[in-house]
Amino acid sequence: MLLRHTTDKVKEREGLTINPAKTCQPIGAMYAALGVHGCLPHSHGSQGCCSYHRSTLTRHYKEPVMAATSSFTEGASVFGGQANLVNAINTIFSVYEPEIIAVHSTCLSETIGDDLGQIIAKAREDGKIPEGKHVIHASTPSYVGSHVTGYANMLEGIVKYFAMSTDEVKRQINLLAGWVEPADMRELKRIMKVMGIRNVLLPDTSEVLDAPMTGKHEFYPRGGTTIPDMVSMGDSMFTLGLGEWATRSAAIKLENQCKVKFALTDLPIGLSASDRFIMALAKAGSVSIPETISSERGKLVDLITDMHQYFHGKRVALWGDPDQLIPLVEFLNDIDMKPVYVVSGTPGKAFTKKVEEILAEKVPEAKVRNGKGADMFLMHQWIKQEPVDLLIGNTYGKYIARDEGIPFVRMGFPIIDRVGHSYFPTLGYMGGLRILEKILSVLMDKIDADSPEESFELVM
Amino acid sequence: MTDKKKNNKVIPDPAAAIEEIVSRYPKKVAKKRQKAMVMNDPEQKPEIQANVRTVPGIITQRGCTYAGCKGVILGPTRDVINITHGPIGCGFYSWLTRRNQTKPEKPTDENFMPYCFSTDMQDENIVFGGEIKLKQAIREAYEIFKPHAISIFSTCPVGLIGDDVHSVAREMKKELGITIFGFSCEGYRGVSQSAGHHIANNGIFNHVIGTDEPRRIGKFQINLMGEYNIGGDAFELERLFEEAGITLISTFSGNSTIRSYAHAQSADLNLVMCHRSINYIAEMMEVKYGIPWIKINFIGAESTAKSLRKVAEFFDDAELTKKVESIIKREMGKVKKVSKEIRPNLEGKLAMLFVGGSRAHHYQDLFRELGITSISAGYEFAHRDDYEGREVIPNIKVDADTRNIEDLEVVKDESQYREDLVKKKKLLEEKGYNFKEYRGMMSEMEKNSLVVDDISHWESEKLIEYFKPDVFCAGIKEKYVVQKMGVPLKQLHSYDYGGPYAGFEGAINFYREMERMLATKIWKMVDPPWKAEPEIVGSMNINV
Repeated sequence: MLLRHTTDKVKEREGLTINPAKTCQPIGAMYAALGVHGCLPHSHGSQGCCSYHRSTLTRHYKEPVMAATSSFTEGASVFGGQANLVNAINTIFSVYEPEIIAVHSTCLSETIGDDLGQIIAKAREDGKIPEGKHVIHASTPSYVGSHVTGYANMLEGIVKYFAMSTDEVKRQINLLAGWVEPADMRELKRIMKVMGIRNVLLPDTSEVLDAPMTGKHEFYPRGGTTIPDMVSMGDSMFTLGLGEWATRSAAIKLENQCKVKFALTDLPIGLSASDRFIMALAKAGSVSIPETISSERGKLVDLITDMHQYFHGKRVALWGDPDQLIPLVEFLNDIDMKPVYVVSGTPGKAFTKKVEEILAEKVPEAKVRNGKGADMFLMHQWIKQEPVDLLIGNTYGKYIARDEGIPFVRMGFPIIDRVGHSYFPTLGYMGGLRILEKILSVLMDKIDADSPEESFELVM
Repeated sequence: MTDKKKNNKVIPDPAAAIEEIVSRYPKKVAKKRQKAMVMNDPEQKPEIQANVRTVPGIITQRGCTYAGCKGVILGPTRDVINITHGPIGCGFYSWLTRRNQTKPEKPTDENFMPYCFSTDMQDENIVFGGEIKLKQAIREAYEIFKPHAISIFSTCPVGLIGDDVHSVAREMKKELGITIFGFSCEGYRGVSQSAGHHIANNGIFNHVIGTDEPRRIGKFQINLMGEYNIGGDAFELERLFEEAGITLISTFSGNSTIRSYAHAQSADLNLVMCHRSINYIAEMMEVKYGIPWIKINFIGAESTAKSLRKVAEFFDDAELTKKVESIIKREMGKVKKVSKEIRPNLEGKLAMLFVGGSRAHHYQDLFRELGITSISAGYEFAHRDDYEGREVIPNIKVDADTRNIEDLEVVKDESQYREDLVKKKKLLEEKGYNFKEYRGMMSEMEKNSLVVDDISHWESEKLIEYFKPDVFCAGIKEKYVVQKMGVPLKQLHSYDYGGPYAGFEGAINFYREMERMLATKIWKMVDPPWKAEPEIVGSMNINV
């Protein structure tokens, strides 16, 4: 057994987190900044932070992940990191020539009280920031929230720095993407095109973290939201944020700063959330919903009705981030699966409440937990108490999957042992098809592996 | 990049490339980086700048002190609960990502390696201190898992807010009656992972080694140090030792247990594989217990044979020598068969290696066996002695960053001191046997090859354009950058999820891996076929 010390005896813990269902803020800030064109993320802390984040993102995407660090040593930790950051800015603009440096803090620089805004102002004063170049920042202390919070904070930082309102209203909407894959960013753009709505998508990691092999390393790949687009967000007619946790603060910032009204909707994962997304788009853009979209929706419903018997009543354990889990739980509930265990390390009271509401009618027995005390160890203990038929979550689930013999669909972050997530979307109706295809494949593989020879099925 | 002349043994002078590299740097940075790039001379071994701070903003390969302490040294030990005291990230990122394999003897034996333990510090812990939460975490870990050992790893904020992990460890040790010890391995403590290695060495030496009675299990007892069982390397070496009749008391730290460290003073000889990360323990054990150490290298078939012979020579036992020779003969037969088949396809190719604190040196042996020239190499976190040899140690300037890491005052343990080994060492030395000798990477690299310490992204990209290597060795962060340039990259931290590459079986695996990587035609398919065609310009537009 891989997790041989895990038993079904749950003990409430106050101090110890075991097998976390979250990681820390800065990696989210780094990921968000990679979705800005010509931007180099910069980690203001020890080298290890930057190295760990780059490694994790690289393992997830199997793509270059460029980012720099302030390389704190003891001296900087005692006397403050100003000299390190000013030097870093100078070196980065000389050597790597980005348009933008996106600085995020770490637990180290936050604990010693470095003020990023003040240090960047100093760098500008000292002439370390070339004319026309930008240094933006976000405060991302690792001891608050989770990786999702870091993503949200960087989005807010981007908007704060770039979005500007002029008198001219642009006939476009802002689409703030929650933490999704490059493939999903691309799918969002496709859906917007089909809907006929001009928009700015922020951030946009497509063509950055799924870049083609060309024989040349593009330090700043083709993709990413551009500066003119980000500036124009202040003149947009409306902002639609996809995912409460990842996009709320940026949407609010846009409203406060540029008076662009906003609405938040769930990430369009599965049927109902995609429905809400499409209707929100239609409303925001004052467009009618094209036949193409209805047809895609029809395909998804068609697959659900065709294969309903394999979904019905199956118990599922899920872990990951609130913005993904809420619509995913709803989707599983819609197709009559039973999401019995739902865990997120990311805090926020609204999560448990929302998931319990979704499940109140059909799965009242569900155990839902997030924030403090919510980790994969606890979820595994629940599984030991009463097993499930399916696991959905990041790669770390493979240890539970193998020990317990449970079919496993990889969704979330990080996925470091399979490919596909950066190429094939899970958003929208078409993305819903992919989710179901993955679920069906693992469930049916298990049926094929376990069924007695006499009842082995050719057609399923 | 693929059509260059092969078998080109003349190493081009990289001065122009260096010139271009530093011209892009701010003046001060240029001056500093120049000292870290030297043309090799295996005889003179020019001075190289190493183990100094990375310039902020430079895209470095390096990680932090915590990574070196928790990730590298203690990570591969299975019977200890390693609690990361800090916000969640550090524990999360070092959770199972280094591929240290381990094999508990029984299904009921402890193995905590697949678990991640963290105090997940929150803002209130930063403001009011995290000691109470840490104590609670230790109590909970004990209550749930009943381990015999717990260790605590400090992350950056811990030292800054003044949490004393050592006093917490002492207090909890008293309360729970098990082995508990802490490490002040905050990420910022040193200039790289290397500081963390040293801190880990000190901690293991102080808190574990010698806490159990020494024992005599076999005639020839050794510890293997600086071998981390990435991809099963240690398993291959265990196989060889077992067959030879050599008793492996403990490995630091691949496939290891705290229990085995506790009586590591039972060894007659310490073998040091990765000099950078573990020489401190070897040195301290010699002072305290009189156990001598030798530098060995089990990467490369020839090096493995040489190292095994050196161990046999130490024990000077006819039967052991015979056994070792028969193993070498048999295994080299298998190795030669494969290398004969593969070498002609690879001979004359060029490799660049920028990784770790010993691997960039050791793997050159494997390349040499394939006829591949290591045209440029350097370490990520090594010190000058790993380049120039241990003879420079007295001349290495001790800077503030180095002084930061404690050098333990070690005294002789009168009751366990091995006078017999001291005598044996003296006799062998008289016969010309070398103990604690490491001549460094430079002594084995060709003249005028380029040695670069703590290479940056910008430097590696320029040097790849310049040298046009056939294979580049580094880590995960560099992997896809280099491959996007059309050059295959072999990860020498994680082995690209392959291995083992140590010992004889490992050599064969590596040969085959190089054959796979360098013989594939896929790199020639990067350009689409229409790129070479003249552009089709037509007047008819069939778009509707």
